[in-house]
Amino acid sequence: MIPPRSDLAFPSEHALAPNLLAFVRLLRRAGIQLGPGDALGAAEALTLLDLGSRCSVRAALKATLLRRHEQTEIFDAAFDLFWRDPERANVAAAFALMEAQKPEEKSKPGGRRIAEAMAGDRPKPPVPTPEEQPRQLDAAMTVSERERLQTMDFEAMSATEINAAKQEIRRLVLPLDERPTRRFRTDPLGPRVDMRATLRATTRNGGDFRAILRKRRITRPPPLVAICDISGSMARYAQILLHFLHAVTNDRERVHSFLFGTRLSNITRQLKHRDPEIAFEMVSHMVPDWSGGTRIGEALEDFNQHWGRRVLGQGAVVLLITDGLDREGGRGLAEATDRLKRSCRKLIWLNPLLRYAGFQPKSQGIKAMLPHVHEFRPVHNLASLRELIEALGERRR
Amino acid sequence: MPADVSATAGMLAAGGYVADTALATTVHLALRMGRPLFLEGEPGTGKTEIAKVLAAQLPRKLVRLQCYDGLDLSAAAYEWNHARQLMAIRLAEVAGNVADIETSIYDRRYLESRPLLQALEGEPAVLLIDELDRADEPFEAFLLEVLADFQITVPELGTLKAATPPVVIITSNRTREVHDAIRRRCLYHWVDYPDAAREKAILALRAPTVSATLSAQVVAFVQKLREGDYFKLPGVAETIDWANALTALNARELEPASVDATLGVLLKYQDDIAKLKGEEAARLVAEARDSA
Repeated sequence: MIPPRSDLAFPSEHALAPNLLAFVRLLRRAGIQLGPGDALGAAEALTLLDLGSRCSVRAALKATLLRRHEQTEIFDAAFDLFWRDPERANVAAAFALMEAQKPEEKSKPGGRRIAEAMAGDRPKPPVPTPEEQPRQLDAAMTVSERERLQTMDFEAMSATEINAAKQEIRRLVLPLDERPTRRFRTDPLGPRVDMRATLRATTRNGGDFRAILRKRRITRPPPLVAICDISGSMARYAQILLHFLHAVTNDRERVHSFLFGTRLSNITRQLKHRDPEIAFEMVSHMVPDWSGGTRIGEALEDFNQHWGRRVLGQGAVVLLITDGLDREGGRGLAEATDRLKRSCRKLIWLNPLLRYAGFQPKSQGIKAMLPHVHEFRPVHNLASLRELIEALGERRR
Repeated sequence: MPADVSATAGMLAAGGYVADTALATTVHLALRMGRPLFLEGEPGTGKTEIAKVLAAQLPRKLVRLQCYDGLDLSAAAYEWNHARQLMAIRLAEVAGNVADIETSIYDRRYLESRPLLQALEGEPAVLLIDELDRADEPFEAFLLEVLADFQITVPELGTLKAATPPVVIITSNRTREVHDAIRRRCLYHWVDYPDAAREKAILALRAPTVSATLSAQVVAFVQKLREGDYFKLPGVAETIDWANALTALNARELEPASVDATLGVLLKYQDDIAKLKGEEAARLVAEARDSA
């Protein structure tokens, strides 16, 4: 029987209430963020329905408890488990199952690898310099050492030098390549007359015009989308560049980051965490294909299909970070890169291979992608990162 | 207001909208709980249509706010009529009563209402905020007050509150993620492509001139097409257009030649058309004719 609508009072006399609360707790444990207000909304919705219709109840709980389409899968699994027969034993089993699903995700081998890679303590011996030992003891570097660090290849850095480079990266500030928006703010020297403000000032003076107030367009930086290759050949650079992306994500709004090896992962939400270590820990749980092979064409197609329309609006700049060494020999790569180029305002390809002076695009992948990017730059040391940042700051004429 | 979910579904059907149980339930809840309805989904799945049908069936006036980048207060909610205000100042000067001019020129008479204010005032309304993802974040922040309390605060005038809260439908194509604060205030529903049975029912309602054979084949073809790997999959709107286009060409059944000639109605990207045209289209036509 449907109880009368008791205006937001929780129907506590029903067995439904504790079950609903338990269900909300289950969803919360599965990672969907819900507050008490959401549970109240769901309870209110259920009082308006015929509880015999499973489909209606599912739709009602979905409408009140979910915020985005991505959560549907988790919700459906939880709903099926929980409402099959919400008796104690089954609920316990459902909880156990949801719990069991979480740690399993944690123990993926890729996760461990990225965590290790992030820790940055892998010994990297190729440049044995005599002064290696004292530098490790001395945290503050001398000016000349910092200069040397600027042009040193990331690949050749020791763990200590990597740490120093990360410190440098945190200091880099992206200049704001401002684009005009369609909003205005008051500005005494602005090019347009602000009628509303002028009139308000006029009436304040009893109808006397004293001054004409002016306004100008507000400007803001365009969205930035980074798509970064984390295959074996790129692992070292990706580690550094993730630090760069983390710094950028927390420095300006509208930055989206994606990683790909053999599949594409969106790590935007993870990188938004202020603490880089926690952010990378969360990324490592998400990305299964660290240091594996590369399927660039497939990853870009996936991006175009599922994310392009969602993140490339409003004149986005895309940073594509990959060495272009494709396991699939460049199949489908030209089309995918071309589509990507036409969907954004500017496509910048960052390639660490470009550090070699006589670099010739011989690989299939590179040949396929090269004609379709707006800009092609090296990214293998701090100096090249700096140049990139300057390029991002330039206004497009 | 409909009494239960099946009444809501019936009301939508009477307006020419075939809704599945999940959508009918969500619409019913939005009406009964007085919460805005946030509809997300691919273009052409009938999100906007729900608002139109609701307005026609309830019946209420439909107020539509089409969003775009830079949509601001003066285009969305209200604007002071500066010309009339200036004239009022002049008249007051001539008449010699400038003392209370400040209060008198910020009168409701000089406020021009735009969609959001129109939806709050006058007869009860259905407010359609279309493609919210196209607007920018500052506009979303402004919407929060409207959505939570159905009121608009004009600094010079005070708070204008709706006598009858409007039924609010918000749609988004996900070209940008709409902020959680907006989502929290709404009931959320993802509008998916319809299954074959529902799509046939939609065609029967929206394209009544199309023959039963053709419409069954068209639906089978489109359903197969949606399983494929295309940049932009056809929505229901495209299915309806395509069925009408084929009927206009006097097609009784799907033929590879007429399909090739009309692909532009179904797919809107050259890459997709090139991929489907010819062999692939012929294969899908054969499959559709077998299964329909």
